[in-house]
Amino acid sequence: MADYHEMWEKLGMDVKTHDLLCEALPGAFGDVYLSQENRPEGMDYFNMVVAEIHGIRPAELVEHKKNGGKVVGTFCIHVPDEIPVAAGAISTGLCSGSQFWVPGGEKKLPAATCPLIKASLGARFDRTCPFFRLADMFVGENTCDGKKKAWEILAEDAPVYVMDIPQMKRPKDYEHWADEIKGYLKKCEELTGNKVTPENLRSAIVLLNKKRKALQRLSDFRKLENIPISGKDVLLITQIAFYDDPARITAQINKLCDELETRAKNGVSVFKKGAKRILLTGTPLSIPNWKVHHIIETLGGAVVCEEMCTGIRYYEKCVDESGSTVDEMIKHLTERYMGAIHCACFTPNFERIDDIKRLAEEYKADGVIDMNLKFCNIYDIEGHFVERELKKAGIPVLGIETDYTDQDAEQLKTRIGAFLEMLGN
Amino acid sequence: MLYVGIDIGSTAAKAVILSDDKSRIIDRKLMPSGWNSRQTADDLLTWLLSHGYSREELKITATGYGRVSVPYADSTLTEITCHGKGAAFLGGENLTVIDIGGQDTKVIVLSRGKVVDFVMNDKCSAGTGKFLEVMANRMGVTLQEFFSMAEKGHEIKISSMCTVFAESEIVSLMGLGTPREDIACGAVGSVVSKVSTLVSRKSVSGGYYLTGGFCECPLLVEKLGGTLGSEVRTCSDARFAGAIGAALLGK
Repeated sequence: MADYHEMWEKLGMDVKTHDLLCEALPGAFGDVYLSQENRPEGMDYFNMVVAEIHGIRPAELVEHKKNGGKVVGTFCIHVPDEIPVAAGAISTGLCSGSQFWVPGGEKKLPAATCPLIKASLGARFDRTCPFFRLADMFVGENTCDGKKKAWEILAEDAPVYVMDIPQMKRPKDYEHWADEIKGYLKKCEELTGNKVTPENLRSAIVLLNKKRKALQRLSDFRKLENIPISGKDVLLITQIAFYDDPARITAQINKLCDELETRAKNGVSVFKKGAKRILLTGTPLSIPNWKVHHIIETLGGAVVCEEMCTGIRYYEKCVDESGSTVDEMIKHLTERYMGAIHCACFTPNFERIDDIKRLAEEYKADGVIDMNLKFCNIYDIEGHFVERELKKAGIPVLGIETDYTDQDAEQLKTRIGAFLEMLGN
Repeated sequence: MLYVGIDIGSTAAKAVILSDDKSRIIDRKLMPSGWNSRQTADDLLTWLLSHGYSREELKITATGYGRVSVPYADSTLTEITCHGKGAAFLGGENLTVIDIGGQDTKVIVLSRGKVVDFVMNDKCSAGTGKFLEVMANRMGVTLQEFFSMAEKGHEIKISSMCTVFAESEIVSLMGLGTPREDIACGAVGSVVSKVSTLVSRKSVSGGYYLTGGFCECPLLVEKLGGTLGSEVRTCSDARFAGAIGAALLGK
């Protein structure tokens, strides 16, 4: 790995503490990822990106900023990347998937806050993530009470801009979200000094649709009887897609898919014959949270789909490219970014249940695991409907709750192991 | 070929030997899990071989938290699958199995002898054997003495679900001079209430069958039946349900 210490120092990071994270990552990645057999060669690029997760991309962002460019950091897939991209900024997802950052978050947040929020704020306050140093603007959204209040605390230390996501999906709520996107557009224009035009907004839509299509192409391989790539690997690629350069990762995913096509023709499977196919639904899995996938696949199951923000919700639906004015495009962005994402922050949210059932059929899932991060009330409560409706549809379902620690690994192994045994009966 | 099931739980380790046709329990062994599952597993092997069998005559399946520490097992399965199978052997093929273990409690729905659904308590010792063990320790008696006391008491409400807080609550109750019998009875009631809530998460009614170490605690069985509104069956072999199921599933 190249030495990025000078860059980290310049970014004002706590390099000594950050070194501990850098030391832990290769081992964890090796155990979970490099130990897999028969991985596609096209994973090399993604291995490399993760190995230098706080080096390669941050260095590119530093370069972009040197040339006067801006970086926008986001936390939620309801926030349209197309807007900052059209304004010439780089939009990046912000890390929040490791226990490493949780104690830092707990210095200011109650312990009974979801690990994703605690880790996000901890990464900023402890100065142990370059992305959290590089962002010129942090875009929050009030998708849950925890986030809504956490942004107020984050705003004491960082430039935060909050978008107000509606709680329902009535016509007036769409109008409201369109207004919020317009406000975001104005904010991005102010930040970058660049005007958003029909031309650059259309290019941004097309660029990001290409990324979505590549991710969906990848996902389609998981519908096959013989699956040529592990669920863990697809999860990793999805996670990387949140912060890598969109055009480059699109090309890399498509290259990998070409390889998978050959594998598919030859009937190559990375799973043992008869492996139980699991659809995972629930709260997001931010990098490097690979725990549940790792447990499922180590126990002989195959994760075939994630009905999650770090999954199908991120890429299945594209933005309509037919708009010719900025207003039309904003309308299409609103339809995509509100209408096509079924987060538990909406009431009611039965479209999500319909999606789970549809996806379970498309990806031929034997069972569904509803995974909830601790203290995420909205998903926890919605679990009631998920369980009831899937049972009605004759789809076995297991609800689990977890966090970023490894303390519950054995308990999860028992629950997930028993579920896989039950599916095998 | 004889079939052996070994169930190493958090508190107790159980082993059973089943006949060649898997219809009859030849022998059973119960011992504390101790602090080292590997040592416990070795002790159980010594016990098995003391019957005069050779290792080759035995098909051994391990289950429970300590299943990974039984190096000589031919296969391992989770305790959910094994408890379901074992309960079906003891109590019939269509049951709602309630297993109160040392550190977790599970509800397993059986249909025609197969596990069709299950739920386990979350990462907390409320509603488990550990809860009563801690309370008995705090009162300076063995679990058996604790149950005898509870039989004679009137149930008082212990409001803390958390084992740690309940312990302080009990200290306060003792300070107030509340009879030990009433406190013990209240502690059993607390476990029953927590377990009943877990059962109600699965929309089942009736056919309840209790497995685990509390099969010989009539007070708990009776109270649980009262709260659930339907009889809870059990038997003295029900603490071996996991081991029996493991043996039955040996191939």
